[in-house]
Amino acid sequence: MQTITRAHLAETIYAEVGLSRNESAALLEVVLERMARALESGNSIKISGFGTFSVRQKGRRIGRNPKTGVEVPILPRRVLVFRPSQVLKAKVNGLAEPLEDEGLDRP
Amino acid sequence: MTRSELISELSSANPHLRGADVELIVNTIFNEIAAALARGERVELRGFGAFTVKRRDARLGRNPRTGAPVPVDEKTVPFFKTGKELRERLNREAPHRGTSARAAGRSKS
Repeated sequence: MQTITRAHLAETIYAEVGLSRNESAALLEVVLERMARALESGNSIKISGFGTFSVRQKGRRIGRNPKTGVEVPILPRRVLVFRPSQVLKAKVNGLAEPLEDEGLDRP
Repeated sequence: MTRSELISELSSANPHLRGADVELIVNTIFNEIAAALARGERVELRGFGAFTVKRRDARLGRNPRTGAPVPVDEKTVPFFKTGKELRERLNREAPHRGTSARAAGRSKS
């Protein structure tokens, strides 16, 4: 399977925006860093037509080493969750229109 | 933070760029990621995270209102896995120190 990396995205910015290759790569980094900083301070990021990144607080729980069965405490932590928008979900299924109600109650 | 807030923050931090260009950059990034996922490809941004698509098998769902069984076709869903560096950054400070920031984020969204 083909993997898209920073280099591909920077190349697309270079082609679309007409900045230099170096500046395109630098700006991609700036965008990701801005997003990371917002998430770090606990804010969520809502990109219409794409999805929402939000930070969720997880409480302490008892986990288990699957190999040895030994109980290990999992400390409280913050995790990032991405919820794709209906538009993105439709796109990855090759559909133009977003589905309503997740396929239930469709006319 | 919304797409437009991200664009305006980036614009004020980069006064040498035209606003329209900043908007184009942000839109290009998300459009490219979406297009790659639509082609079934994976997008890996080391340190930030990776976008992939996962296949969900067909299953028998239920109409939550009537309880009637509804066949749900096999489908593909977008998935994001947080990168190591970002995951560590989210937990760098003691979780409780982030309380005020989270409350601010909640009232904003």
